[in-house]
Amino acid sequence: MSDETGLATVLLAMFAGAIRVSTPFLFVSLGETLTEKSGRINLGLEGTLVFGAMSGYAISYHTGSPWLGVLVAGFAGSLFGALHGFLCKLQKVNDIAIGIALMLFGTGLAFFFGKAYIQPQAPRLPSISFGAWSDTPAVRQALEINPLFLLGVVLALVLWWALRNTRWGLVVRTTGDSAPAALALGIDVNRVRLLSTMAGGFCAGIGGSFLSLYYPGSWTEGLSSGQGLMAVALVIFARWNPLYCFAAALLFGAAGALGPALQSIGISRGYHFFNAAPYIMTLLIMIASVSPRRSLKGAPGELSITK
Amino acid sequence: MLDTAHPSTLATSSGTVSEALDRLRRSSEYVVMPFLALLVSAALFSAFLLALGKSPAEFFSLVWRGGFGTGFSWQNTLVRSAPLVFTALCVAIPARLGLVVIGGEGALVLGGFAAATIAIPLVGAVPAPALLTVMALASVLAGGLWIAIVGALRHYRGVNETISSLLLFYIAVSILNFFVEGALRDPSDPNKPSTMPIGKDNMIGAMPGTDVHWGLAAGIALCLALYVLMNRTTFGFAARIAGGNLRAAKAQGLPVGRLMVVSCAIAGACAGLAGFFEVAAIHGKANASLIAGYGFTGILVSFLARHNPLVIVPVAIFLGGLAASGGLVQRRMDLPDATVLVLQGLIFVVLLVSETFYGRLPFFRGKGAA
Repeated sequence: MSDETGLATVLLAMFAGAIRVSTPFLFVSLGETLTEKSGRINLGLEGTLVFGAMSGYAISYHTGSPWLGVLVAGFAGSLFGALHGFLCKLQKVNDIAIGIALMLFGTGLAFFFGKAYIQPQAPRLPSISFGAWSDTPAVRQALEINPLFLLGVVLALVLWWALRNTRWGLVVRTTGDSAPAALALGIDVNRVRLLSTMAGGFCAGIGGSFLSLYYPGSWTEGLSSGQGLMAVALVIFARWNPLYCFAAALLFGAAGALGPALQSIGISRGYHFFNAAPYIMTLLIMIASVSPRRSLKGAPGELSITK
Repeated sequence: MLDTAHPSTLATSSGTVSEALDRLRRSSEYVVMPFLALLVSAALFSAFLLALGKSPAEFFSLVWRGGFGTGFSWQNTLVRSAPLVFTALCVAIPARLGLVVIGGEGALVLGGFAAATIAIPLVGAVPAPALLTVMALASVLAGGLWIAIVGALRHYRGVNETISSLLLFYIAVSILNFFVEGALRDPSDPNKPSTMPIGKDNMIGAMPGTDVHWGLAAGIALCLALYVLMNRTTFGFAARIAGGNLRAAKAQGLPVGRLMVVSCAIAGACAGLAGFFEVAAIHGKANASLIAGYGFTGILVSFLARHNPLVIVPVAIFLGGLAASGGLVQRRMDLPDATVLVLQGLIFVVLLVSETFYGRLPFFRGKGAA
């Protein structure tokens, strides 16, 4: 294999990987953008993602309908979001610590109920072939796109538009920027945050169901390995802008696909280092995008993580 | 304190007794509240078990038997408590500065890996005490540097320490896997990718009369030392001021950045030592067994102990017992091994919620505030 075709293979694999792997990042980060815009951070989304993956897979297995699994995963996620939103409004309860606790609790519950679903095969989500025009199998495979990805793109556009142009978006942004100002306008701050956190949890649950029902496409205990948390970091990089979330999710997907892509052309040395690429990249991005001296453009004023 | 020689206090000596009781009642809040949180968690978990058709009574009696019922189970518990003591310190020390560091597992993994790696050329060349000393130093250095990165990133770049420390955990796991499955893999071990063993003769033995290795004793000593450091020295005082109000600390000219980096380095060194003892006393080599979740349980230990090094030891033993009984519960009650995780998560959530009741329950307010 010549260098040129090797490079082309890697680039194509990364492009395909970006589309295939980015969906959970996209959903979690969009949900978290909404939550953080309302002034609260939910670090528990890693647990929500894992629980969504488990519950979606279980429902798909029992009912035979993967789409029902996606829906149930979303509702399970919004339950976790409701719990987070409810607990954080109590006095002296720290939203970051509650997030960590719910991360461990959600993961524990998912492993507990998921034990029975490690072996069985559940029906998976279908994909749409956009590559039928091509004769190259690699291209055709790269353009096998899951409907959830498209849904995520639409959601990003809608959320971007709605946060800017609707009354509802203004309420969320005001609540996140200044709770006293929101109170003065007669906005129920806790209710806005509760609903935003529930909606964020719903998205994270759907992101989780993508993992178990499409790619990698089965339920295992190690299936998330920090993707929910990376997506939370990604929101800071994306400057709380849903459109940037989409771009950043694609970038993360490509980074995640680097290891397998290199392995596919026979470079397996350093495989584990390439596996670390998304984490290293997240860290570098956080170092590059935040600064201790100036507040970030687009950052909600009430957000504890950037204060 | 009251001056007993003063006539006015002598006159109301019965009043001082009730005042002292009052003070005791108010300070007992910090002991009673965590216990209440544990009771509420136990009640909620019982409801969870009942909903699944399992007996809570059987569960808790099995936890008691498997964790604390016999001499054997006690030893099992204490062996599991040792790493929890170290990883809890990794959370407790930065917590004094208001930092929530949750990546102690990464420092444990790297500490264990560094200890096992530095031992490879030295096995057989130097006597066991020298080998173990070098290994311990390597783990302290590796773990300390690893979490010091977290503190430095927080201070100099404003990167959130909770997220960065967890990302560093995943990177640490990749580093371990990269070397253990590659350059440092022991070719004679076909089953599990591991580094070369340090050899039975070089391993740390048990404390006399027990099967519990010296790690627990070292952990207790470290807790005492760090309690003194954080409560009786200028360094600890400065750290507490910085944790209380960062701007005030800066205004007073405290070296906030150095405090953060040094505290995180100490924290990481503690977790690194956990890795050293896992390698030098339990596994004899570094492999994926190091990733056993001690770092994550340590977070709960530290929060339950309200980040107080002296309270960490009993809490670590309590949670060590819970973990030690997991196998027994799993076999007897046909429950998944994640049962303990669910209970731990529940305790964590309830504990954090209990924060909201501090100072609000009438019993603890005493007469002064009522």
